[in-house]
Amino acid sequence: MNIVVCVKQVPDTSTERKLRSDDNTLDRDAADGVVNELDEYAVEEALKLKEAHGGEVTVLTMGPAKATETIRKALAMGADKAVHLSDDALHGSDALSTSYAMAQVLKQIGFDLVILGSESTDARTGVLAAMLAERLGAPQLTLANKVEVDGSGITIQRVTDYGFDRVEASLPAVVSVVEKINDPRYPSFKGIMAAKKKPVQTLAIGDAAIDPAQVGLGAAWSEVVDFAAAPPRAAGTVVKDEGDGGVNAADFLASKKFI
Amino acid sequence: MSEILVLVEHAEGEVKKVTLELLTLARTLGSPAAVWAGPGITAEAKARLAEYGADKIYVAGSADLVDHVVAPKAELLAQLVAAASPAAVLVAATAEGKEVAGRLAVKTDSGVITDAVGLGEGFVADQSIFGGGVNVRAKVRRGTPIVAVRPNSTAPVAAAGAGVEEEVTVALSDSARAARVVERVKQEKGARPELTEAAIVVSGGRGVGSAENFSVIEELADSLGAAVGASRAATDAGWYPHQFQVGQTGKTVSPQLYIAAGISGAIQHRAGMQTAKTIVAINKDPEAPIFELADYGVVGDLHQVVPQLTDEIKKRK
Repeated sequence: MNIVVCVKQVPDTSTERKLRSDDNTLDRDAADGVVNELDEYAVEEALKLKEAHGGEVTVLTMGPAKATETIRKALAMGADKAVHLSDDALHGSDALSTSYAMAQVLKQIGFDLVILGSESTDARTGVLAAMLAERLGAPQLTLANKVEVDGSGITIQRVTDYGFDRVEASLPAVVSVVEKINDPRYPSFKGIMAAKKKPVQTLAIGDAAIDPAQVGLGAAWSEVVDFAAAPPRAAGTVVKDEGDGGVNAADFLASKKFI
Repeated sequence: MSEILVLVEHAEGEVKKVTLELLTLARTLGSPAAVWAGPGITAEAKARLAEYGADKIYVAGSADLVDHVVAPKAELLAQLVAAASPAAVLVAATAEGKEVAGRLAVKTDSGVITDAVGLGEGFVADQSIFGGGVNVRAKVRRGTPIVAVRPNSTAPVAAAGAGVEEEVTVALSDSARAARVVERVKQEKGARPELTEAAIVVSGGRGVGSAENFSVIEELADSLGAAVGASRAATDAGWYPHQFQVGQTGKTVSPQLYIAAGISGAIQHRAGMQTAKTIVAINKDPEAPIFELADYGVVGDLHQVVPQLTDEIKKRK
Protein backbone atom coordinates (compact mmCIF):
# COMPACT_ATOMS: atom_id res chain seq x y z
CA MET A 1 0.00 0.00 0.00
CA ASN A 2 1.31 3.38 -1.02
CA ILE A 3 0.59 5.69 1.92
CA VAL A 4 1.30 9.41 1.79
CA VAL A 5 1.22 11.23 5.11
CA CYS A 6 0.94 15.01 5.03
CA VAL A 7 2.99 16.78 7.67
CA LYS A 8 3.11 20.50 8.40
CA GLN A 9 5.69 22.50 10.25
CA VAL A 10 4.02 24.93 12.63
CA PRO A 11 5.27 27.43 15.20
CA ASP A 12 5.60 25.92 18.66
CA THR A 13 2.29 26.57 20.46
CA SER A 14 4.10 27.17 23.73
CA THR A 15 5.84 30.27 22.36
CA GLU A 16 4.37 33.60 21.31
CA ARG A 17 3.08 33.46 17.74
CA LYS A 18 2.82 36.51 15.51
CA LEU A 19 1.59 37.75 12.18
CA ARG A 20 3.96 39.76 10.00
CA SER A 21 3.07 43.41 9.79
CA ASP A 22 4.21 43.67 6.15
CA ASP A 23 1.88 41.11 4.59
CA ASN A 24 -0.36 39.83 7.43
CA THR A 25 0.94 36.28 7.09
CA LEU A 26 2.27 34.00 9.79
CA ASP A 27 5.71 35.01 11.02
CA ARG A 28 7.49 31.66 10.69
CA ASP A 29 10.78 33.05 11.98
CA ALA A 30 9.35 34.40 15.24
CA ALA A 31 8.92 30.99 16.82
CA ASP A 32 10.59 27.58 16.66
CA GLY A 33 9.12 25.30 14.03
CA VAL A 34 7.86 21.95 15.23
CA VAL A 35 5.86 19.11 13.73
CA ASN A 36 2.16 19.92 13.92
CA GLU A 37 1.21 17.81 16.91
CA LEU A 38 -1.86 16.29 15.28
CA ASP A 39 0.26 15.16 12.32
CA GLU A 40 2.28 12.89 14.62
CA TYR A 41 -0.86 10.79 14.99
CA ALA A 42 -1.15 10.69 11.20
CA VAL A 43 2.46 9.49 10.85
CA GLU A 44 1.95 6.84 13.53
CA GLU A 45 -1.25 5.61 11.85
CA ALA A 46 0.54 5.42 8.50
CA LEU A 47 3.37 3.40 10.05
CA LYS A 48 0.94 1.02 11.76
CA LEU A 49 -0.94 0.44 8.50
CA LYS A 50 2.33 -0.23 6.70
CA GLU A 51 3.38 -2.68 9.41
CA ALA A 52 0.06 -4.52 9.08
CA HIS A 53 -0.37 -4.45 5.30
CA GLY A 54 3.05 -3.75 3.82
CA GLY A 55 3.91 -0.98 1.41
CA GLU A 56 5.65 2.32 1.75
CA VAL A 57 5.11 5.56 3.69
CA THR A 58 5.96 8.84 1.99
CA VAL A 59 5.99 12.12 3.91
CA LEU A 60 4.60 15.10 1.99
CA THR A 61 5.38 18.56 3.31
CA MET A 62 4.72 21.95 1.82
CA GLY A 63 6.70 24.75 3.40
CA PRO A 64 9.90 26.75 3.39
CA ALA A 65 13.38 25.24 3.48
CA LYS A 66 13.43 25.02 7.25
CA ALA A 67 10.53 22.54 7.14
CA THR A 68 13.17 19.87 6.40
CA GLU A 69 13.58 19.59 10.21
CA THR A 70 9.99 18.42 10.36
CA ILE A 71 10.48 15.99 7.50
CA ARG A 72 13.49 14.45 9.27
CA LYS A 73 11.43 13.91 12.39
CA ALA A 74 8.76 12.01 10.43
CA LEU A 75 11.46 9.98 8.68
CA ALA A 76 13.07 9.25 12.03
CA MET A 77 9.75 7.89 13.27
CA GLY A 78 9.95 5.40 10.42
CA ALA A 79 8.60 6.85 7.18
CA ASP A 80 10.51 5.65 4.11
CA LYS A 81 10.97 8.78 2.04
CA ALA A 82 9.74 12.32 1.63
CA VAL A 83 8.61 14.87 -0.89
CA HIS A 84 9.16 18.49 0.06
CA LEU A 85 7.19 21.01 -1.95
CA SER A 86 9.09 24.23 -1.42
CA ASP A 87 8.94 27.36 -3.50
CA ASP A 88 8.93 31.07 -2.64
CA ALA A 89 5.89 31.40 -4.89
CA LEU A 90 3.89 29.39 -2.33
CA HIS A 91 4.38 31.94 0.47
CA GLY A 92 1.06 33.24 1.75
CA SER A 93 -1.03 30.46 0.19
CA ASP A 94 -4.42 30.00 1.85
CA ALA A 95 -6.18 26.66 2.36
CA LEU A 96 -7.57 26.66 -1.18
CA SER A 97 -4.15 27.25 -2.74
CA THR A 98 -2.48 24.80 -0.38
CA SER A 99 -5.00 22.07 -1.19
CA TYR A 100 -4.57 22.76 -4.89
CA ALA A 101 -0.79 22.57 -4.75
CA MET A 102 -0.78 19.43 -2.62
CA ALA A 103 -3.38 17.76 -4.82
CA GLN A 104 -1.17 18.42 -7.84
CA VAL A 105 1.75 16.71 -6.11
CA LEU A 106 -0.43 13.79 -4.97
CA LYS A 107 -1.72 13.25 -8.50
CA GLN A 108 1.87 13.16 -9.69
CA ILE A 109 3.32 10.81 -7.06
CA GLY A 110 0.21 8.60 -6.74
CA PHE A 111 -1.30 7.13 -3.58
CA ASP A 112 -3.58 4.47 -2.17
CA LEU A 113 -4.13 6.38 1.03
CA VAL A 114 -3.46 9.97 2.06
CA ILE A 115 -3.42 10.56 5.83
CA LEU A 116 -3.49 13.96 7.57
CA GLY A 117 -3.90 15.25 11.10
CA SER A 118 -7.40 16.69 11.61
CA GLU A 119 -6.10 20.26 11.73
CA SER A 120 -2.96 22.33 12.18
CA THR A 121 -2.35 24.16 15.44
CA ASP A 122 -1.51 27.41 13.65
CA ALA A 123 -4.24 28.10 11.08
CA ARG A 124 -6.69 25.62 12.64
CA THR A 125 -9.03 25.72 9.67
CA GLY A 126 -9.66 21.97 9.72
CA VAL A 127 -10.57 22.03 6.02
CA LEU A 128 -7.52 20.67 4.23
CA ALA A 129 -8.44 16.97 4.22
CA ALA A 130 -11.95 17.74 2.94
CA MET A 131 -10.54 20.02 0.25
CA LEU A 132 -8.02 17.37 -0.83
CA ALA A 133 -10.79 14.76 -1.07
CA GLU A 134 -12.81 17.18 -3.19
CA ARG A 135 -9.90 17.98 -5.49
CA LEU A 136 -8.78 14.37 -5.84
CA GLY A 137 -12.29 12.96 -6.24
CA ALA A 138 -11.41 10.48 -3.49
CA PRO A 139 -13.65 9.40 -0.61
CA GLN A 140 -13.44 11.66 2.42
CA LEU A 141 -12.79 9.59 5.55
CA THR A 142 -12.06 12.35 8.02
CA LEU A 143 -12.01 12.83 11.80
CA ALA A 144 -11.16 9.17 12.30
CA ASN A 145 -10.46 7.69 15.70
CA LYS A 146 -10.06 4.22 14.17
CA VAL A 147 -8.89 3.11 10.73
CA GLU A 148 -9.10 -0.41 9.32
CA VAL A 149 -7.96 -1.49 5.88
CA ASP A 150 -9.09 -4.79 4.35
CA GLY A 151 -7.84 -5.39 0.83
CA SER A 152 -9.12 -2.50 -1.25
CA GLY A 153 -11.76 -1.59 1.35
CA ILE A 154 -11.32 0.84 4.21
CA THR A 155 -13.51 1.51 7.25
CA ILE A 156 -13.13 4.30 9.77
CA GLN A 157 -14.91 5.53 12.85
CA ARG A 158 -15.72 9.18 12.26
CA VAL A 159 -16.05 11.17 15.49
CA THR A 160 -19.37 13.01 15.76
CA ASP A 161 -20.97 15.04 18.53
CA TYR A 162 -23.17 12.07 19.48
CA GLY A 163 -20.51 9.37 19.29
CA PHE A 164 -19.23 8.13 15.97
CA ASP A 165 -20.25 7.05 12.49
CA ARG A 166 -18.83 3.92 10.93
CA VAL A 167 -17.89 4.90 7.38
CA GLU A 168 -16.85 2.63 4.51
CA ALA A 169 -15.18 3.35 1.21
CA SER A 170 -12.79 1.90 -1.33
CA LEU A 171 -9.17 2.91 -1.80
CA PRO A 172 -7.73 5.28 -2.83
CA ALA A 173 -9.02 7.54 -0.06
CA VAL A 174 -8.21 10.60 2.05
CA VAL A 175 -8.16 10.07 5.81
CA SER A 176 -7.75 12.56 8.64
CA VAL A 177 -7.13 11.36 12.16
CA VAL A 178 -7.99 12.93 15.51
CA GLU A 179 -5.80 13.25 18.56
CA LYS A 180 -5.35 10.07 20.60
CA ILE A 181 -6.16 7.65 17.80
CA ASN A 182 -2.83 6.08 18.75
CA ASP A 183 0.35 6.70 20.73
CA PRO A 184 2.89 8.27 18.38
CA ARG A 185 6.26 6.58 18.75
CA TYR A 186 9.38 8.47 19.67
CA PRO A 187 12.14 8.31 17.11
CA SER A 188 14.83 5.90 18.26
CA PHE A 189 18.52 6.78 17.97
CA LYS A 190 18.73 4.26 15.14
CA GLY A 191 15.72 5.89 13.49
CA ILE A 192 17.29 9.33 13.74
CA MET A 193 20.53 8.07 12.16
CA ALA A 194 18.67 6.20 9.42
CA ALA A 195 16.54 9.28 8.63
CA LYS A 196 19.64 11.17 7.52
CA LYS A 197 20.09 8.73 4.64
CA LYS A 198 16.47 8.52 3.52
CA PRO A 199 15.61 10.17 0.22
CA VAL A 200 13.96 13.60 0.28
CA GLN A 201 12.81 14.88 -3.09
CA THR A 202 12.44 18.65 -3.23
CA LEU A 203 9.91 19.96 -5.73
CA ALA A 204 9.41 23.50 -6.98
CA ILE A 205 5.99 24.42 -8.30
CA GLY A 206 7.07 23.84 -11.89
CA ASP A 207 8.02 20.25 -11.04
CA ALA A 208 4.43 19.42 -10.09
CA ALA A 209 2.51 21.29 -12.79
CA ILE A 210 1.34 23.88 -10.25
CA ASP A 211 -0.02 27.02 -11.88
CA PRO A 212 1.72 30.01 -10.23
CA ALA A 213 -1.47 32.06 -10.68
CA GLN A 214 -3.29 29.73 -8.27
CA VAL A 215 -0.88 29.90 -5.32
CA GLY A 216 0.75 32.39 -3.00
CA LEU A 217 -0.50 35.51 -1.31
CA GLY A 218 -1.58 37.16 -4.55
CA ALA A 219 -3.87 34.27 -5.44
CA ALA A 220 -5.42 33.89 -1.99
CA TRP A 221 -9.21 33.63 -2.06
CA SER A 222 -9.41 35.39 1.28
CA GLU A 223 -7.30 38.03 2.96
CA VAL A 224 -6.57 39.44 6.37
CA VAL A 225 -7.85 43.02 6.37
CA ASP A 226 -6.10 43.94 9.58
CA PHE A 227 -5.10 42.45 12.91
CA ALA A 228 -4.23 43.56 16.41
CA ALA A 229 -3.09 41.97 19.62
CA ALA A 230 -6.17 41.04 21.61
CA PRO A 231 -6.74 43.65 24.30
CA PRO A 232 -5.93 42.11 27.67
CA ARG A 233 -9.05 41.09 29.51
CA ALA A 234 -9.98 43.66 32.12
CA ALA A 235 -8.59 42.56 35.46
CA GLY A 236 -11.22 40.67 37.38
CA THR A 237 -11.83 40.24 41.06
CA VAL A 238 -9.86 37.53 42.80
CA VAL A 239 -10.85 36.55 46.32
CA LYS A 240 -9.28 34.09 48.74
CA ASP A 241 -11.55 31.35 49.98
CA GLU A 242 -12.20 31.93 53.68
CA GLY A 243 -14.83 29.24 53.89
CA ASP A 244 -17.32 31.20 51.79
CA GLY A 245 -15.62 31.08 48.37
CA GLY A 246 -18.52 29.16 46.82
CA VAL A 247 -21.04 31.67 48.17
CA ASN A 248 -18.95 34.53 46.82
CA ALA A 249 -18.76 32.91 43.40
CA ALA A 250 -22.54 32.40 43.46
CA ASP A 251 -22.98 36.11 44.26
CA PHE A 252 -20.86 36.95 41.24
CA LEU A 253 -22.86 34.61 38.97
CA ALA A 254 -26.09 36.14 40.28
CA SER A 255 -24.79 39.65 39.58
CA LYS A 256 -24.19 38.54 35.97
CA LYS A 257 -27.67 36.96 35.83
CA PHE A 258 -26.38 33.42 35.30
CA ILE A 259 -28.46 32.33 38.30
CA MET B 1 -32.08 41.96 -0.71
CA SER B 2 -29.76 39.15 -1.62
CA GLU B 3 -30.19 35.77 -0.12
CA ILE B 4 -27.81 34.52 2.54
CA LEU B 5 -27.77 30.74 2.61
CA VAL B 6 -27.65 29.23 6.10
CA LEU B 7 -26.97 25.49 6.34
CA VAL B 8 -29.24 24.17 9.10
CA GLU B 9 -27.71 22.04 11.85
CA HIS B 10 -30.32 19.62 13.09
CA ALA B 11 -30.60 16.47 15.18
CA GLU B 12 -33.66 14.26 15.50
CA GLY B 13 -35.83 16.74 13.64
CA GLU B 14 -34.88 19.67 15.86
CA VAL B 15 -33.05 22.80 14.76
CA LYS B 16 -29.90 23.41 16.79
CA LYS B 17 -29.36 26.70 18.59
CA VAL B 18 -26.35 27.63 16.46
CA THR B 19 -28.61 27.78 13.40
CA LEU B 20 -30.85 30.32 15.13
CA GLU B 21 -27.72 32.36 15.84
CA LEU B 22 -26.70 32.17 12.19
CA LEU B 23 -30.16 33.26 11.04
CA THR B 24 -30.01 36.19 13.46
CA LEU B 25 -26.64 37.17 12.01
CA ALA B 26 -27.77 36.62 8.40
CA ARG B 27 -30.73 38.99 8.91
CA THR B 28 -28.34 41.89 9.42
CA LEU B 29 -26.66 41.18 6.07
CA GLY B 30 -29.44 40.10 3.72
CA SER B 31 -32.43 37.82 3.40
CA PRO B 32 -31.83 34.54 5.27
CA ALA B 33 -32.54 31.34 3.36
CA ALA B 34 -32.29 28.21 5.50
CA VAL B 35 -31.05 25.03 3.84
CA TRP B 36 -32.25 21.77 5.37
CA ALA B 37 -30.31 18.73 4.23
CA GLY B 38 -31.65 15.25 4.90
CA PRO B 39 -34.96 13.67 5.84
CA GLY B 40 -37.03 14.42 8.91
CA ILE B 41 -37.97 18.09 8.76
CA THR B 42 -41.05 18.76 10.91
CA ALA B 43 -43.66 21.51 10.92
CA GLU B 44 -42.15 22.67 14.23
CA ALA B 45 -38.69 22.90 12.69
CA LYS B 46 -39.99 24.98 9.78
CA ALA B 47 -41.86 27.25 12.17
CA ARG B 48 -38.71 27.71 14.23
CA LEU B 49 -36.63 28.64 11.18
CA ALA B 50 -39.23 31.19 10.08
CA GLU B 51 -39.53 32.54 13.63
CA TYR B 52 -35.84 33.41 13.58
CA GLY B 53 -35.94 35.10 10.23
CA ALA B 54 -35.76 32.55 7.43
CA ASP B 55 -37.50 34.14 4.43
CA LYS B 56 -36.97 30.98 2.48
CA ILE B 57 -36.53 27.38 3.56
CA TYR B 58 -34.90 25.07 1.05
CA VAL B 59 -35.72 21.48 1.92
CA ALA B 60 -33.60 18.75 0.38
CA GLY B 61 -35.06 15.67 2.03
CA SER B 62 -33.04 12.89 0.43
CA ALA B 63 -31.41 10.44 2.84
CA ASP B 64 -28.39 10.39 0.50
CA LEU B 65 -27.45 13.80 1.89
CA VAL B 66 -26.73 12.41 5.33
CA ASP B 67 -25.79 8.84 4.50
CA HIS B 68 -22.52 9.90 2.87
CA VAL B 69 -19.78 11.98 4.46
CA VAL B 70 -19.93 15.75 3.85
CA ALA B 71 -19.61 15.75 0.04
CA PRO B 72 -23.39 15.63 -0.70
CA LYS B 73 -24.07 18.68 1.48
CA ALA B 74 -21.39 20.60 -0.39
CA GLU B 75 -22.97 19.56 -3.71
CA LEU B 76 -26.39 20.69 -2.50
CA LEU B 77 -25.06 24.08 -1.48
CA ALA B 78 -23.09 24.44 -4.72
CA GLN B 79 -26.29 23.77 -6.66
CA LEU B 80 -28.12 26.47 -4.65
CA VAL B 81 -25.24 28.92 -5.06
CA ALA B 82 -25.46 28.45 -8.83
CA ALA B 83 -29.26 28.78 -8.87
CA ALA B 84 -29.83 31.58 -6.35
CA SER B 85 -26.56 33.58 -6.52
CA PRO B 86 -26.60 34.28 -2.78
CA ALA B 87 -24.53 37.09 -1.27
CA ALA B 88 -22.91 34.62 1.11
CA VAL B 89 -23.15 31.14 2.62
CA LEU B 90 -23.04 30.67 6.39
CA VAL B 91 -22.37 27.38 8.15
CA ALA B 92 -21.73 26.56 11.79
CA ALA B 93 -18.03 26.26 12.58
CA THR B 94 -18.38 22.70 13.80
CA ALA B 95 -15.85 20.13 12.57
CA GLU B 96 -18.30 18.97 9.90
CA GLY B 97 -19.58 22.45 9.09
CA LYS B 98 -16.04 23.56 8.30
CA GLU B 99 -15.51 20.53 6.05
CA VAL B 100 -18.69 21.34 4.14
CA ALA B 101 -17.46 24.94 3.79
CA GLY B 102 -14.08 23.74 2.53
CA ARG B 103 -15.51 21.50 -0.18
CA LEU B 104 -18.03 24.15 -1.21
CA ALA B 105 -15.20 26.66 -1.55
CA VAL B 106 -13.37 24.35 -3.96
CA LYS B 107 -16.56 23.64 -5.94
CA THR B 108 -17.59 27.27 -6.32
CA ASP B 109 -14.07 28.72 -6.61
CA SER B 110 -14.83 30.89 -3.59
CA GLY B 111 -12.94 32.00 -0.53
CA VAL B 112 -13.73 30.54 2.86
CA ILE B 113 -13.30 31.91 6.36
CA THR B 114 -13.42 29.52 9.30
CA ASP B 115 -14.14 30.10 12.97
CA ALA B 116 -15.55 33.61 12.61
CA VAL B 117 -16.70 35.04 15.94
CA GLY B 118 -18.42 37.99 14.27
CA LEU B 119 -19.50 39.07 10.81
CA GLY B 120 -20.19 42.61 9.64
CA GLU B 121 -20.79 44.78 6.62
CA GLY B 122 -19.03 43.63 3.46
CA PHE B 123 -18.85 40.16 5.06
CA VAL B 124 -15.77 41.16 7.00
CA ALA B 125 -15.32 38.45 9.61
CA ASP B 126 -13.76 38.70 13.05
CA GLN B 127 -11.48 35.87 14.07
CA SER B 128 -9.53 35.18 17.21
CA ILE B 129 -6.30 33.33 16.49
CA PHE B 130 -3.19 31.95 18.22
CA GLY B 131 -5.14 30.90 21.25
CA GLY B 132 -6.96 34.21 21.56
CA GLY B 133 -3.78 36.30 21.47
CA VAL B 134 -4.50 38.07 18.18
CA ASN B 135 -7.74 39.45 16.74
CA VAL B 136 -8.00 39.37 12.97
CA ARG B 137 -10.46 40.86 10.52
CA ALA B 138 -10.61 38.88 7.29
CA LYS B 139 -12.65 38.83 4.15
CA VAL B 140 -13.18 36.76 1.07
CA ARG B 141 -12.00 38.37 -2.13
CA ARG B 142 -12.92 35.76 -4.74
CA GLY B 143 -16.31 34.16 -5.39
CA THR B 144 -19.19 33.90 -2.93
CA PRO B 145 -18.10 34.48 0.68
CA ILE B 146 -18.36 31.23 2.63
CA VAL B 147 -18.13 31.80 6.36
CA ALA B 148 -18.08 29.23 9.15
CA VAL B 149 -19.29 30.97 12.29
CA ARG B 150 -18.55 29.69 15.78
CA PRO B 151 -21.46 28.76 18.02
CA ASN B 152 -22.30 31.41 20.64
CA SER B 153 -20.94 34.23 18.47
CA THR B 154 -24.23 36.05 18.73
CA ALA B 155 -27.39 35.70 20.81
CA PRO B 156 -30.33 34.28 18.85
CA VAL B 157 -33.17 36.82 18.56
CA ALA B 158 -36.54 35.97 17.03
CA ALA B 159 -37.84 38.15 14.18
CA ALA B 160 -40.21 36.43 11.82
CA GLY B 161 -39.28 35.79 8.20
CA ALA B 162 -41.61 34.72 5.41
CA GLY B 163 -40.58 31.06 5.69
CA VAL B 164 -41.49 30.19 2.11
CA GLU B 165 -40.70 26.55 1.55
CA GLU B 166 -39.02 25.29 -1.59
CA GLU B 167 -38.30 21.64 -2.23
CA VAL B 168 -34.91 20.88 -3.70
CA THR B 169 -33.83 17.74 -5.48
CA VAL B 170 -30.12 17.34 -5.84
CA ALA B 171 -28.43 15.21 -8.45
CA LEU B 172 -25.50 13.77 -6.56
CA SER B 173 -22.34 12.73 -8.33
CA ASP B 174 -20.91 9.25 -7.82
CA SER B 175 -17.89 10.65 -6.02
CA ALA B 176 -20.15 12.40 -3.49
CA ARG B 177 -21.41 8.94 -2.56
CA ALA B 178 -17.96 7.42 -2.15
CA ALA B 179 -17.81 7.49 1.66
CA ARG B 180 -20.84 5.63 3.02
CA VAL B 181 -22.10 5.92 6.58
CA VAL B 182 -22.99 2.33 7.43
CA GLU B 183 -23.72 2.74 11.12
CA ARG B 184 -24.35 5.57 13.59
CA VAL B 185 -23.25 4.84 17.12
CA LYS B 186 -24.72 7.05 19.83
CA GLN B 187 -22.65 7.10 22.95
CA GLU B 188 -24.07 7.84 26.36
CA LYS B 189 -23.79 11.53 27.05
CA GLY B 190 -26.75 12.10 29.31
CA ALA B 191 -28.86 15.21 29.18
CA ARG B 192 -26.01 17.70 29.06
CA PRO B 193 -25.72 20.12 26.15
CA GLU B 194 -23.11 19.58 23.46
CA LEU B 195 -19.77 21.04 24.52
CA THR B 196 -19.09 23.43 21.64
CA GLU B 197 -22.70 24.67 21.58
CA ALA B 198 -23.30 25.09 25.30
CA ALA B 199 -23.96 28.54 26.72
CA ILE B 200 -22.20 27.52 29.93
CA VAL B 201 -19.21 25.20 30.27
CA VAL B 202 -17.74 23.90 33.53
CA SER B 203 -14.28 22.37 33.14
CA GLY B 204 -12.04 20.47 35.51
CA GLY B 205 -8.30 20.06 35.39
CA ARG B 206 -5.36 18.56 37.25
CA GLY B 207 -6.70 19.91 40.54
CA VAL B 208 -9.70 17.60 40.35
CA GLY B 209 -7.33 14.79 41.26
CA SER B 210 -9.16 11.68 40.05
CA ALA B 211 -11.86 10.32 37.76
CA GLU B 212 -14.22 9.86 40.72
CA ASN B 213 -13.81 13.49 41.75
CA PHE B 214 -15.12 14.66 38.38
CA SER B 215 -18.59 14.12 39.86
CA VAL B 216 -17.99 17.44 41.68
CA ILE B 217 -17.54 19.16 38.31
CA GLU B 218 -20.54 17.35 36.80
CA GLU B 219 -22.81 18.37 39.68
CA LEU B 220 -21.90 22.02 39.27
CA ALA B 221 -22.46 21.73 35.53
CA ASP B 222 -25.86 20.11 36.05
CA SER B 223 -26.94 22.82 38.49
CA LEU B 224 -26.31 25.36 35.71
CA GLY B 225 -27.52 23.28 32.75
CA ALA B 226 -23.94 23.39 31.51
CA ALA B 227 -21.68 21.13 29.48
CA VAL B 228 -18.64 19.52 31.13
CA GLY B 229 -15.15 20.07 29.77
CA ALA B 230 -11.71 18.99 30.89
CA SER B 231 -8.15 20.20 30.52
CA ARG B 232 -5.60 18.08 28.72
CA ALA B 233 -3.97 17.18 32.03
CA ALA B 234 -7.25 15.64 33.13
CA THR B 235 -7.93 13.77 29.88
CA ASP B 236 -4.32 12.57 29.59
CA ALA B 237 -4.60 11.21 33.13
CA GLY B 238 -7.67 9.27 32.01
CA TRP B 239 -9.97 11.05 34.47
CA TYR B 240 -12.38 12.23 31.80
CA PRO B 241 -13.02 11.09 28.22
CA HIS B 242 -10.82 12.62 25.61
CA GLN B 243 -13.66 14.06 23.50
CA PHE B 244 -14.36 16.58 26.28
CA GLN B 245 -10.90 18.12 26.13
CA VAL B 246 -10.95 21.90 25.76
CA GLY B 247 -7.79 23.38 24.29
CA GLN B 248 -5.39 23.82 21.42
CA THR B 249 -5.68 20.24 20.21
CA GLY B 250 -9.19 19.62 21.53
CA LYS B 251 -12.44 21.51 21.35
CA THR B 252 -12.70 25.26 21.10
CA VAL B 253 -15.56 26.70 23.11
CA SER B 254 -16.87 30.22 23.18
CA PRO B 255 -19.64 30.14 25.80
CA GLN B 256 -21.34 32.94 27.70
CA LEU B 257 -19.83 31.58 30.92
CA TYR B 258 -16.78 29.36 31.42
CA ILE B 259 -15.94 28.02 34.86
CA ALA B 260 -12.45 26.56 35.20
CA ALA B 261 -11.89 24.48 38.32
CA GLY B 262 -8.43 23.21 39.15
CA ILE B 263 -7.09 24.37 35.80
CA SER B 264 -3.87 26.39 35.81
CA GLY B 265 -4.58 28.02 32.45
CA ALA B 266 -1.60 26.96 30.35
CA ILE B 267 -1.56 28.43 26.85
CA GLN B 268 -2.68 25.06 25.48
CA HIS B 269 -5.92 25.34 27.45
CA ARG B 270 -6.44 29.04 26.89
CA ALA B 271 -6.44 28.48 23.13
CA GLY B 272 -9.68 26.57 23.55
CA MET B 273 -11.65 28.93 25.80
CA GLN B 274 -10.21 32.42 25.69
CA THR B 275 -13.14 33.90 23.74
CA ALA B 276 -15.65 32.98 26.48
CA LYS B 277 -17.64 36.06 27.47
CA THR B 278 -17.31 35.60 31.23
CA ILE B 279 -14.67 33.46 32.92
CA VAL B 280 -14.69 32.23 36.52
CA ALA B 281 -11.66 30.42 37.92
CA ILE B 282 -11.23 28.34 41.03
CA ASN B 283 -7.68 27.26 41.81
CA LYS B 284 -5.63 26.85 44.94
CA ASP B 285 -2.54 28.42 43.40
CA PRO B 286 -2.87 32.24 43.50
CA GLU B 287 -0.16 32.45 40.79
CA ALA B 288 -2.09 30.30 38.27
CA PRO B 289 -2.24 32.11 34.91
CA ILE B 290 -5.96 31.36 34.65
CA PHE B 291 -6.55 34.22 37.12
CA GLU B 292 -5.19 36.68 34.53
CA LEU B 293 -8.18 35.82 32.34
CA ALA B 294 -10.79 35.46 35.02
CA ASP B 295 -13.55 37.98 35.57
CA TYR B 296 -13.95 36.38 38.95
CA GLY B 297 -11.46 34.14 40.70
CA VAL B 298 -11.51 32.20 43.94
CA VAL B 299 -8.18 31.12 45.38
CA GLY B 300 -9.03 27.98 47.25
CA ASP B 301 -9.50 24.23 47.18
CA LEU B 302 -12.01 23.33 44.49
CA HIS B 303 -13.17 20.37 46.57
CA GLN B 304 -14.51 22.89 49.11
CA VAL B 305 -15.48 25.76 46.84
CA VAL B 306 -17.22 23.90 44.00
CA PRO B 307 -19.69 21.86 46.12
CA GLN B 308 -20.52 25.01 48.07
CA LEU B 309 -21.14 26.89 44.83
CA THR B 310 -23.35 24.04 43.57
CA ASP B 311 -25.43 24.06 46.78
CA GLU B 312 -25.76 27.82 46.62
CA ILE B 313 -26.95 27.72 43.00
CA LYS B 314 -29.57 25.07 43.84
CA LYS B 315 -30.73 27.14 46.81
CA ARG B 316 -31.18 30.28 44.77
CA LYS B 317 -33.15 28.68 41.96
